Amino acid sequence: MIGKFSGRAWKYGDNINTDVIFPGKYTYQKMEPEEMAKHALEDLDPGFVGKVKEGDILVAGKNFGMGSSREQAAVAVKYAGIRVIIAVSFARIYFRNAINAGMPAIKLPPAAAAIEDGDEVTVDMAKGEIVTPKGVFSFPPYPETVMNILEKGGLINYIKAQVEAPRGAGAL
Amino acid sequence: MSKTFVEKLMSRKAGKDVTAGEIVSIEPDFVMSHDNAAAISHTFKKIGVEKIKYPERVVIILDHEVPAPKESSAINHKEIRQFVQEQGIQHFYDVNHGICHQVFVDEGFALPGKLIVGSDSHTTTYGALGAVSAGIGRSEVAAVWAIGQLWFQVPETLKISLVGKMPRYLTTKDIALHIIGRIKSDGADYKAVEFCGEAVGYMDVEERLVLTNMAAEMGAKNGYIPPDYLTFDFVKGRAKVEYEPLYSDEGAKFCGAVEFDISKILPAVAKPHTVDNYCTVEEAAGTKIDQALIGTCTNGRLCDLEAAAQILQGKKVKARTLIIPASWEIYRAALKKGYIEIFIDAGAMVLNPGCGPCLGAHLGVMAPGEVTFSTANRNFKGRMGCREAEIYLGSPLSVAASAVTGEITHPGRFL
Ligand code: SF4
Repeated sequence: MIGKFSGRAWKYGDNINTDVIFPGKYTYQKMEPEEMAKHALEDLDPGFVGKVKEGDILVAGKNFGMGSSREQAAVAVKYAGIRVIIAVSFARIYFRNAINAGMPAIKLPPAAAAIEDGDEVTVDMAKGEIVTPKGVFSFPPYPETVMNILEKGGLINYIKAQVEAPRGAGAL
Repeated sequence: MSKTFVEKLMSRKAGKDVTAGEIVSIEPDFVMSHDNAAAISHTFKKIGVEKIKYPERVVIILDHEVPAPKESSAINHKEIRQFVQEQGIQHFYDVNHGICHQVFVDEGFALPGKLIVGSDSHTTTYGALGAVSAGIGRSEVAAVWAIGQLWFQVPETLKISLVGKMPRYLTTKDIALHIIGRIKSDGADYKAVEFCGEAVGYMDVEERLVLTNMAAEMGAKNGYIPPDYLTFDFVKGRAKVEYEPLYSDEGAKFCGAVEFDISKILPAVAKPHTVDNYCTVEEAAGTKIDQALIGTCTNGRLCDLEAAAQILQGKKVKARTLIIPASWEIYRAALKKGYIEIFIDAGAMVLNPGCGPCLGAHLGVMAPGEVTFSTANRNFKGRMGCREAEIYLGSPLSVAASAVTGEITHPGRFL
């Protein structure tokens, strides 16, 4: 499942914080991922949720996801349809939360700069390649552990599969 | 090859040589959670494992809403107690102990050379005792409960050296606010921070904890202070397990180094609504405050209460003043030293140890337009329960002085 993604790019700026990605007021109200998805980027781009399509790609500047450690900020974006995020840089906990939610987060400043809002972009995870109208950019493929987590659609599924698998299936 | 402290620790854990940037799957020595343990237990159950893999490594400390201010919090606590029973978790601290980070340190879980994770961003605190300790998400805690390990990217290390002599009226809180004002809230993003230099050597453990606690506000994965005789003295008699200290090698590769001469740092304030919105107390002087808060995992220790008592002795406060010792141990010590009586005589309210108003849960929530001057570590909009209120951060000395005058005041005025 973690092969290739193609979709429209949604481009935003620097220092996008978790409060505008998923407002704090919903953290103890919206418990299901599908419910969370309805509020993704609500305070940043109110038009996003209505228009985003399954398979689209989010592109941002530096320090994407700064602020709170809330996992919902990654989960909401994923369930809204976004398959991969490309940014100049990520806040540490957001990066982890994205991977753990099964959504690749790729730090690649030249690609993040080259992609324009609305561009058709293809990301090939196995090859480590991003194809944009302005050219092809490569990134080092993820280490095996991270690929395995993404492959399973997130950390919890990954661990679930592991504990359900017969003995000797290898450690995390 | 020369390695940093965190590279060494992660290499030891991984059983192979690793350097910054690599990803490893390793076993934390302890995993801390608090009132969010109920939510984590739900995720844990979804994984489909019956029993926690290493219950002896699990530490749960109830502190965020204690005692329960509403029915939902009470139900939350009850669920956690049941789960603790079912799972046979030994290291459980109920609502009558104190703030998680203080209790964790006092009970001897924070130890040199250990890898510690917790579902709280200020888990960085334990690095003051020479551990690698990082905040993680709730699902990640559930994962560690289930299989005992977790993936980590080995971080690069930023070296922050403190040199010079501590001037009068200055505290480690002012130093932390000054550093964050300079390097900003993403200044150490993804990185480990190693605090070193002669000035750190002179700080006692209580003061060092402030630096590593505030490392979270620099974006750091963890903050570390090389353990010395003060560290070993502190953990002696508390250590829950054996430990072996680790240090960065001579010649290890750091991604950056910053030096601060603390003799030039002035009492500092973080203005609303970010921790890196720095100014000096002098510059903020005169700002009217409605409430003063001395406590939290940053500044609720005995030395902080002593600093406040020094100023409040024989005076009356103008602002509503909340004093929260970080643990019941500290409360008892403050009682013996006579500080509690000084606070009550001054008209302050001494609250039970816990997080209380720090996250706006209860015990001193603000109204729109109000201003609190607090010794906590965060001043984000809405943090203390009201989006239209303002929070300034400062040292216990500055906050106590300001409580007396009702406006932000330099502590020198009373010392
Ligand atoms: S005192 Fe405040 S910052 Fe510290 S653990 Fe509690 S809520 Fe978090």
